[in-house]
Amino acid sequence: MIASKQAMALTAFLIAGFAFLYLPIVTLVVYSFNASPMVTIWTGVSTKWYGVLAHDEEILRAAGLSIEVGLISATGATVIGTLAGYALSRFRRFHGRSLLMGMAMAPLLMPEIVSGIALLLMFVGSEQIFDWPHGRGIITICAAHVTFCSAFVAIVIQSRLSGFDRSLEEAALDLGAMPATVFGLVTLPLILPGIVAAWLLAFSLSIDDVVISEFTSGPTSTTLPLVIFSRVHLGVSPEVNALATIIIAIVLTATALLTFVRLRRRSDA
Amino acid sequence: MTSVLRLFSGKWGRRIVIGTPYLWLGVFFLLPFLMTLKIAFSTSIVGIPPIGPISTITDDGALQITLHLENWSYLFQDPMYVLAYGRSLLTALITTVLCLFIGYPMAYRIARATPGARPLLLMLVIMPFWTSFLIRVYAWMGILKDNGLLNNLLLTLGVIHQPLILMNTQIAVYIVMAYAYLPFMLLPLYTTLEKMDLSLLEAAQDLGGRPFISFLLVTLPLSLPGIIAGSLLVFIPAVGEFLIPTLVGSPGHQLIASVIFDEFFSNRDWPTASAVATAVVLFLLLPIILLVWLRNRNDSKLLATGQ
Repeated sequence: MIASKQAMALTAFLIAGFAFLYLPIVTLVVYSFNASPMVTIWTGVSTKWYGVLAHDEEILRAAGLSIEVGLISATGATVIGTLAGYALSRFRRFHGRSLLMGMAMAPLLMPEIVSGIALLLMFVGSEQIFDWPHGRGIITICAAHVTFCSAFVAIVIQSRLSGFDRSLEEAALDLGAMPATVFGLVTLPLILPGIVAAWLLAFSLSIDDVVISEFTSGPTSTTLPLVIFSRVHLGVSPEVNALATIIIAIVLTATALLTFVRLRRRSDA
Repeated sequence: MTSVLRLFSGKWGRRIVIGTPYLWLGVFFLLPFLMTLKIAFSTSIVGIPPIGPISTITDDGALQITLHLENWSYLFQDPMYVLAYGRSLLTALITTVLCLFIGYPMAYRIARATPGARPLLLMLVIMPFWTSFLIRVYAWMGILKDNGLLNNLLLTLGVIHQPLILMNTQIAVYIVMAYAYLPFMLLPLYTTLEKMDLSLLEAAQDLGGRPFISFLLVTLPLSLPGIIAGSLLVFIPAVGEFLIPTLVGSPGHQLIASVIFDEFFSNRDWPTASAVATAVVLFLLLPIILLVWLRNRNDSKLLATGQ
């Protein structure tokens, strides 16, 4: 289809592009095993930074909080986002439909710093008026994360629902099933892979967020990205390399597993 | 059980499905923006929180609302804000162009790969995207430092004789932004290039079009929707990017997000921070409206051709 000389040039470009995408990550992993405290000077292989990391109370506590926030936020966002996605794709007409669509999609495009400030101002205002929330902590972080993650969930669910054979739902209705039964027995199982994917997306967004968390967290509730941010802000630090390597390993293993499962299911079908 | 199902199937089911996200997003998305807008019209005071009221009850019991416009006039009087906004737009523009030039050939090559190889190649594009954004930015800090990997490599190869100053410059911001936003550009480009009817290219070649000319006259115009979608997906978030300029950019070359951040946390001037934030959202709405309009137009075009 394309001339061979051009094909080769394009292939070379693609390989260079992949190098651009992967080299930073590879260097990070390699240098996490560097013995030297100077991050870019190689003095020998060592795992001492992993040891330092294992005794870093601040990082361990922050990692625990991040996982907790991620689990709560992803679950909350999946509920809110699925309902929003379902309402937008199945109910064609209702009052304020475009407002709901706007509110569900806007967090995707809003600069995080603006959402962060807006949420903080609202929490401060609500504390003055309703005496709630008392300061900021896990509740305010989760409320903020649920909000911006549910936008991504709504998109995933909406696209799943729009590419789906509605005659199955109609057949169930014709056979006398009530709408709620149809949802539970027909719609839900069919969009379940989408819901799982959306939950994972929400979890990874929540566990990675810096800017919105910066505004909605309190002094006693520091998430992992906030700890990393404050440390790397001062310069490169070797135990962050070790931490980054662990995070990369977890993410890549999970992604590879999911892809493997998906590809296998596709070839079975 | 059936009575519960009946409850959820009737009018109430519909109300709950629509009402829950409505209520949540109303409280945690719309309300915060209304509060920001309100605070953008109040005064900065020393206190906790550092904002003055915009409404007061006068002695005779009347409600008096005073909108303070000085926060807004600062935005135009102090060149810092205009400059920072201009820099942000320029940075986003350069990022978009870089992503287009790197992403287009990659997307093109992936779209013309064998059908079996495409999902794998796409996966390779998306995978780094799944690892933490912050960590990927951090990885670049080690590469771009004065004694970092890039300088070490170039010095060893003898390309340069003294280290390049890359860290804390706009060059670093462009490199890292292009890196971080590349998938946003590549994926929509891939989608349009993959859907393209290749017989049109064959026709162009049969009619004697040289490969470059047929690319220019056939492929490029057909991939325009992907170019536009990808450019907006990169440009819009790039304008408000905070982390990358903060970590690898120059402190003397502030972009709009760090201006908002400093106004809010260092100067504790919440009203001005709110006014700048509101202004950014208003400016950003223009490209967003363009995006929605283009998408609606494409949808109706697709409907018209019966696809």
